[in-house]
Amino acid sequence: MSLEAMARGQWGPAAVGLIVGLFLLAFLVVPVVNVIYVAFQDPNTGALTLINFVDFFRNSLFQESAINSIYVALMAVVLASIFALPLSYFTTRFHFGGAILIQTLGVLPLIMPPFVGAVAMLLLLGENGSVNLLLDEWFGFTIPFMEGLNGVILVESIHYFPFILMNLSASLNSIDRSMEESAQNLGASGVRLFRRIVFPLAMPGYVAGASLVFLKVFDDIGTPLLLNINNMLAPQAYLRIASIGISDPMGYVISVILVIFSLLALWISFLALRGKDYATVQKGGGGLMKRDLRPWEKAGCYGVVIFILLLVLSPHFGLAILSLGTVWSFSVLPDAYTFSHYMRVVSESSEFITNTLLYAGLAAGIDVLFGTAIAYIVLRTNLIGRKWLDYAAMGAVAIPGVVLGIGYLRTFYAFNVPIIDKPLASWWVIIVVALAIRRLPYALRACVAALQQLSVMLEEAAENLGATKGRTIYRVVVPLMSGGIVAGFVTSFATAAVELSTTIMLVSQESDAPLAFGIYEFMQSAAGRGPGAALGIIAVLIVGIATYVSHRIIQRKETQQTPDMAIVAGV
Amino acid sequence: MSMASQNAASVVIEQLSLAYDTTDVLKDVNLRIEPGELFTFLGPSGSGKSTLLRAVAGFGPTPRGRILIGEDDVTRLPPWRRNVGMVFQSYALWPHMTVRRNVAFGLEERRTPSAEIPKRVDAALDMVGLLELSERRPSQLSGGQQQRVALARTIVVEPRVLLLDEPLSNLDANLRVQMRREILDLQRELALTTIFVIHDQEEANTISDRIAVLDEGVLQQVGMPMELYDEPVNRFVAHFLGTANLMEGRVETGDDGARFAAANGIVLPLAGESHPAGGERTAVFRPQDVAIAASGETVPGIVLTGRVQHREFLGNLLRYSVAIGEDILLVDDTHHPGRRAFAVGDEVVVGLRGEQVRILEP
Repeated sequence: MSLEAMARGQWGPAAVGLIVGLFLLAFLVVPVVNVIYVAFQDPNTGALTLINFVDFFRNSLFQESAINSIYVALMAVVLASIFALPLSYFTTRFHFGGAILIQTLGVLPLIMPPFVGAVAMLLLLGENGSVNLLLDEWFGFTIPFMEGLNGVILVESIHYFPFILMNLSASLNSIDRSMEESAQNLGASGVRLFRRIVFPLAMPGYVAGASLVFLKVFDDIGTPLLLNINNMLAPQAYLRIASIGISDPMGYVISVILVIFSLLALWISFLALRGKDYATVQKGGGGLMKRDLRPWEKAGCYGVVIFILLLVLSPHFGLAILSLGTVWSFSVLPDAYTFSHYMRVVSESSEFITNTLLYAGLAAGIDVLFGTAIAYIVLRTNLIGRKWLDYAAMGAVAIPGVVLGIGYLRTFYAFNVPIIDKPLASWWVIIVVALAIRRLPYALRACVAALQQLSVMLEEAAENLGATKGRTIYRVVVPLMSGGIVAGFVTSFATAAVELSTTIMLVSQESDAPLAFGIYEFMQSAAGRGPGAALGIIAVLIVGIATYVSHRIIQRKETQQTPDMAIVAGV
Repeated sequence: MSMASQNAASVVIEQLSLAYDTTDVLKDVNLRIEPGELFTFLGPSGSGKSTLLRAVAGFGPTPRGRILIGEDDVTRLPPWRRNVGMVFQSYALWPHMTVRRNVAFGLEERRTPSAEIPKRVDAALDMVGLLELSERRPSQLSGGQQQRVALARTIVVEPRVLLLDEPLSNLDANLRVQMRREILDLQRELALTTIFVIHDQEEANTISDRIAVLDEGVLQQVGMPMELYDEPVNRFVAHFLGTANLMEGRVETGDDGARFAAANGIVLPLAGESHPAGGERTAVFRPQDVAIAASGETVPGIVLTGRVQHREFLGNLLRYSVAIGEDILLVDDTHHPGRRAFAVGDEVVVGLRGEQVRILEP
């Protein structure tokens, strides 16, 4: 590194970039490459071979699992689209009272582990659930909402439809009214206007959301396992490793297939978004074109919206009732209500809660630290290899949790941590690392977005007035990015707090287990469902409180930035 | 004013070339800006004028050649060690800091004793008339006020050179005139070496001691505004500073001195200094130097007849495009109420005098 480059402030970023790069190499690239390598290795001789894949495709259970996984993921996308389309379209394109409330409620399903919702859905919509009991009593028939794969599809689509809702709403929101007005001016209206202008402009957002849903559903293991569906790919990978051991090649073969499908989904999303970064909101534009609804239209729209919200929030309602009920079986509602489940989990299982706060907090902290560093290196320096840092960090999106878990077990079991004298793969710190790696893309995108909005001139002005690169980052860049950094922290924290697919493989003793794992353990038995639901509600509260507190911190920070003003106001 | 800078420095740019990737943005620029001078880089967008200003401040790729501020070679110094004050086109005020904190920033970064900072910030804010708004956020200020904060933030650190990138382009017409005056007053008071980047030639003419005209990364001409207007060295400068009539032809030696024989057949006797004969040349003359009259009336100089093809009313004058054979001549006629104007299609005579014609160097 030349003296000039040091003076120009590349030295610090280079060192930081190296640290981040080594972290990603050790905890993302090496484990995943290891998994892929083992999948192509003969279990006996160690030679490279395709025999494991041949075995996989000859096995009827695996064939069935693959078909089931694809079917479930596709159907979940369809159902999630049916939930998301009306919510986002009505709230963005019409004058619609309560639009913000609807959008907020629409995102709530995400802040609960999907498998937790699964139990509540069984009790509400299962064969002997509340709805079917009532249907049977009143009309003499039942609907198999939760039977077999239906249950997985329903639970997953309810849980993941917010991805479509958020992306599609963002796309619809960014269509400037001038786009539609110029189309009208040139003679387009009604359905043609929608088909030729609104639909194409909104399409990239929809495809991005839909491919994310596909990817998430394809990789989820908690929901099918809890609903006792084992013949899907991700659960099979876990079960092979958990029951046969980490030397069984099938777990690795399935991992490779999971990664391929993830990459496929991301590739489709990339194709949809490529070159279509339509920032159509014009300078001095008129904002969004919103239309007034006629009264009967309004009634219809509200009817649809309320029905969808009731359905997608039913896991929350069900879970709340379950956590407060004594016995709830073969009845519309529990027999009686009690707080004893909460008492029990707080007194007996509080380490689940403290572990979760610790793990998710540390992971989110690492994520925003690395996210800010990577964003700065990519956008503000010309270090060699900076793009690769970005690609590697974003690459974590394509790695299913179960694959990362298997990779960690395989790679770090032989690595003994000094002092505590224990394999790295069974030390609690590895859970934090896994969570940090898995959530880094979220934090990184938030940080990149925040830095992109920051004019370089604000930094140049600071340098011009005598601030070095480091001082400029400290005094100008980070303060102005703080909104994005906090948003990244919250997203990472909230999603890490409810993650199961990796942790389920890495928890080596119950005292190290986080909430999601605890809930999963409780939910295995009928007697544990009450306490499990209570833990689930606690998880939802933690995530909710974390989000609220972070908003307050941002606000306080903003007022703190003007201490002189506060004093003046105080006088 | 205690803030008046005693350290006004010269700026010398020697053989400066600069490229973004493989695109040359500046090509061998040589300039000397005197201490305390009001200097302007003028040119169309893409001419490299902003890149040159940023190179003086230390932004952008490292150039080849040298930049000297006073005696110091700053070519390889990072921006924060140059002590060059820059006011950005967008002002670049930090939205998370109050006006006071924005202005104090540079002093804090220079480790100015903390007891001294409030005094100097107050003085700078007072100078731009914003003392009472010091606790506001930039977003609570008007465009003109933001401009003043940006100025105060820069001058408070007592830079050796003041750089202003299109300082008036974000202001509306009335505010622009007022702000221009304020900046000039401030500059005079501080006696700072000041460099503007401006794309509007009228604005450059009104405020600059000297102007450097740039086009496509090449320095075209340096001079006082009137020099550039009256004695442009090439077609670009002639066109960019004001409106010009250009004619191709060659200089010949006639019986009574040099004359310009245009390709279109018009022959103009040339007055004044000697013009070496031979070679393709371009003759330049300004529209206001051409007289116009109705067909049959008399006009001074070489008389040509033509027909009015277009007419633009510009307030103080009428600008005619007069077709003379294949060529179009622009002719300005002062406008007074009640004065007769020619209509499109009218036959007119125009008069050209040799002493108004400038022959460009080949």
